[in-house]
Amino acid sequence: MNNDSPARNTKVMNRFDLTSRLIAKLKNEEAVIGGIGNTNFDLWAAGHRPQNFYMLGSMGLAFPIALGVALAQPDRRVFALEGDGSLLMQLGSLSTIATLAPKNLTMVVMDNGIYQITGAQPTPGATVADLVAIAVASGLTNSSWAADEDDFERLIEKSMSAEGPTLIGVRIDDKPGTGTTRRDPVQIRERFMHGMGVREPL
Amino acid sequence: MAVAEEKTSPETSAKSWHGILLETLKRNDVRLVPYVPDRILTPLIKNLHADPFFTTFATAREEEAVGIVSGAWMGGMRSAVLMQTSGFATLANVLASLAIPYQIPLIMFVSERGTLGEFNYGQSLVCRTMRPVLDSLAMEHHTITRLDELEFIADRSIKQAVTTQAPVALILSPLLTGGKVFDK
Repeated sequence: MNNDSPARNTKVMNRFDLTSRLIAKLKNEEAVIGGIGNTNFDLWAAGHRPQNFYMLGSMGLAFPIALGVALAQPDRRVFALEGDGSLLMQLGSLSTIATLAPKNLTMVVMDNGIYQITGAQPTPGATVADLVAIAVASGLTNSSWAADEDDFERLIEKSMSAEGPTLIGVRIDDKPGTGTTRRDPVQIRERFMHGMGVREPL
Repeated sequence: MAVAEEKTSPETSAKSWHGILLETLKRNDVRLVPYVPDRILTPLIKNLHADPFFTTFATAREEEAVGIVSGAWMGGMRSAVLMQTSGFATLANVLASLAIPYQIPLIMFVSERGTLGEFNYGQSLVCRTMRPVLDSLAMEHHTITRLDELEFIADRSIKQAVTTQAPVALILSPLLTGGKVFDK
């Protein structure tokens, strides 16, 4: 968390802890798309599931990929985990998602105000931009900051029966990811498709 | 909407490049078509919107559309992306880090600006980057110039992308579409 950030009434939490809390709530083979770097490292560390998809590049595309899954499988709940720096690369995708308004999509923005993995440089938005306000202004009216861990869990639960897409912003600390995803893109994609029920293993 | 419906009448659509493309997409069960628009693609985009078989919408960037269709493919839905030459030029990173390594059958239709009568210098320059990028990634690509070859190339390329799990770029030449000229 950048020290120059304005005072906020949101607790600074931890990415791995929040990701673990989310995964613990999943009982219906929900899809989870993890953005590049620490976001998917912590998803991996929280316990691999066939319904997890781990990005190894294409920074900023966690929400668009999740939108595609949500459109293809409207009966499955889809979660997307994205960093603040990544989201700044594809702010336009928030409007696309607001227009299509899939009710089965829950987006989580992990906001520490820094590019942690490249050396903790502050993002251009660190001290000035409010990503939840940007999401609301992009048409995602069901967007809010989680005040603390309990509030995060409450917002996740609430999103599962929402009438439209949900975005949850969480302030996180500057800790690196807990694990390291095995970097095998073909296997990641193939296992995810098994997890989505699209294919059977050979 | 009335205009779009007129354009989908079988007499006009079956013979036009965009009518052939729409039917080829449908026959191959390509249902999701995000796009960043282009003047030349307008009749195709209008007709896709008018046909309830398709889910079609604009995205803010071409990269975003590639992300969406990658997710849709993994969720079991076939898709294609429509864009212009200049939009393709924004895709090198996502092709090299998502579509190719994850073996996504990304189907791209690129309306070709920058050649055969281009009036914007920047368009003619960016057009020259397209085939070198495709070749440097060893990606399948075809430039479609003739109406009588369109269906064969598009249909076979979609099937090949799906069965070989590899992206393909189909470049729609001004020789096929008429292109965009200064006095339009």
